[in-house]
This record gives sequence, C-alpha cells and structure tokens, in this order.
Amino acid sequence: MHIMEGFLPTPWWQVWFAVSIPVILYGIYKMNRLVNEKREILPLLAVAGAFIFVLSSLKLPSIITGSCSHPTGTGIAAIMFGPAISAVLGIIVLVYQALFLAHGGFITLGANVFSMGIVGPAFAYLIYKAGMKAKLNFYAVVFLATAFGDWATYVTTSVELALAYPAGDVLTFAGFMSSFGKFAAIFAWTQVPLAIMEGAVSALLFKYVVNIKSDILVELKVLEDAVVRKLRGTSA
Amino acid sequence: MSRKLELIVLAIILIFAVLFIYMSSTTDAEYGGADGEAENVINEITGGTYEPNAKPLWEPPSGEIESLLFGLQAAIGAGIIGYFLGYYRAKSKYEKEPEYKGKKSPEGDRQSL
Repeated sequence: MHIMEGFLPTPWWQVWFAVSIPVILYGIYKMNRLVNEKREILPLLAVAGAFIFVLSSLKLPSIITGSCSHPTGTGIAAIMFGPAISAVLGIIVLVYQALFLAHGGFITLGANVFSMGIVGPAFAYLIYKAGMKAKLNFYAVVFLATAFGDWATYVTTSVELALAYPAGDVLTFAGFMSSFGKFAAIFAWTQVPLAIMEGAVSALLFKYVVNIKSDILVELKVLEDAVVRKLRGTSA
Repeated sequence: MSRKLELIVLAIILIFAVLFIYMSSTTDAEYGGADGEAENVINEITGGTYEPNAKPLWEPPSGEIESLLFGLQAAIGAGIIGYFLGYYRAKSKYEKEPEYKGKKSPEGDRQSL
C-alpha cells in the first residue's frame, strides 16, 4: 500500500522527490545503455516490469492484522538489473495506480518511489549478492532477497509517515519512534505473510527463467555459469 | 523435471489460504486496506487537524470499477510474462534442433531479442 495522495505535508513530499529523482535519472541512463548494448535483454526487462504489475495489483488479506495490502514484485527486477533500473520499472506501476486507481498519488510519488522502487530493491539486491557469495542455495537466496525487499519497502513507508507525523508538535527521536511504532504496526506487520508469498512466487519465476533462458542471466552477471549448470542438472 | 519448488510454493500458498479462511470465519476483522488504517493513525496523531494537501486527479466511481482496473493491471502483467516466457521457451527449443542452424538467415541475429 502506498502513501495516499495528499497525505505528506511540506517539506516531506519535496524531500522524497529530491532523493528519488537522481536515482530515477540514473536508472533511465543505465537502462538505455543496457538495452543498447544487449538488445536480447529487452524481453527479460519486460517480464520483470510485468511481474511488478501483477504482484502490486493483488491486494491480499493478511492473517496477522486482518487488513489487506499488496506485495511489490520489485525483487526480481532488482536481482536481474539492480536497484536503479527497478526504480524506473516501479515508477511505471506507481503512475498507473495513481492515475487510474486513486491508489498512491502524484504528490506522494517521490516517497512511494523511494520506498518501493529504491529501498526495497536495494535490500533485495544486497541480500542476493551476499547470499550468493555465501554459496547458499540459489532459490533460497532469491526467496530471502525478494521477501525482505518487499518487507523493507513497507518499513520504509512507515519511516516516511513517522517522519511526517511524529508524536508531539516537533520532530524528536522519541516522537518519531512512537509514530513509527504505530505505522509499522499497520504496514510492517500486515506485510509479513505477504512478503513470504512474494518470496516464494519470485523463486518460482526465477526457476523458469533459469530453465529456458539461463544464458541471459549469466550475461547479466546474475549467475555464474557453474551455478547454472548445477541448477539445471540437479533441480531443473 | 523435478517439481519440488512448485510443491513448496503451493504448500506455502495453501497454508496461508487455509489460515485466512479459518481466521476470517472466527474473527470479525474487516480486511480493509492498510492505507486506510494509516489514515486513521494520522488523524489520531494530529488530532484530526491534518488536511490532505492534494486530491487524486480521478477516483474510480465505485468498488466494482476499482476491481476492474486492478484486474486489468494484473491481466496486462500476466499477458506480458506469458508471452515472453513462451517466446524464450520456444526459441531455446528450436535452436537446439539440428536443421534450425542451416535455416538461420543473415538477419537472424538482428531480429533475435
């Protein structure tokens, strides 16, 4: 769930735009360069973007809080293309939902891009790299990276709201923490079961990509050749 | 082809589905949107003094229309995923066939995505 239109006061909505715009610009630059160098990745880029489209349209019930929220789907893009390109793919979905669904908004777009397009994917990317370095099972690493990436998105949303609405009239650490607790109780807790499901489905999508188009993953330096051969040999 | 991962994913989804059915029949949770609840917390913290500084440009006129547009979003995404995974699958299958190599036209490389 994104921050609703109009619900970030000045200066916070400007702050999040200021943080997000450079990342988006860098992402567009990186995406252009990648597509020009390697045209064969275009379909994979479309799949990663489409995955965000599907997952962020599914408002799922959370058994923990008895409310609904939706997964983000950005972890796949983060693992394949890195956080900056994920931010560009994420903004497409955020604009669609702000325009047609009154879900999220344009004033709050900067904050929503920061949480869903930047922080979530950055976490997913770092966890993925660390997990692969530790030579853990590939699908387990994808699960962890995408699930925690999803969760990090909503923790960030809670941080953004707590900064804008601290308890008391001025922003103090205690006031921030008090509000953060309240927002996290909604967003972060609701998201736990959803993040687990997102991780599971993301691992499954990766299995199919490995099976039918592993050479691209090697070329994008997502996987090493030896790992691919092992995956296709044993669990393919 | 092993289906281990499929079974694990199916089991995870089934567990959550069963828990949800059980919880929704034993508790009276509303399953409203988390963003709506956040709005209540904002009102609580500010004492109801906060006025939204912008309104959505357009709002779906009813819950049905909203479901339609969410469904459309999922359908667009699912269509793209299915199309390209199918494209990749067929491509890798036919590239393995011996007679394919002879047929490869000069512009084959340019067209291959």
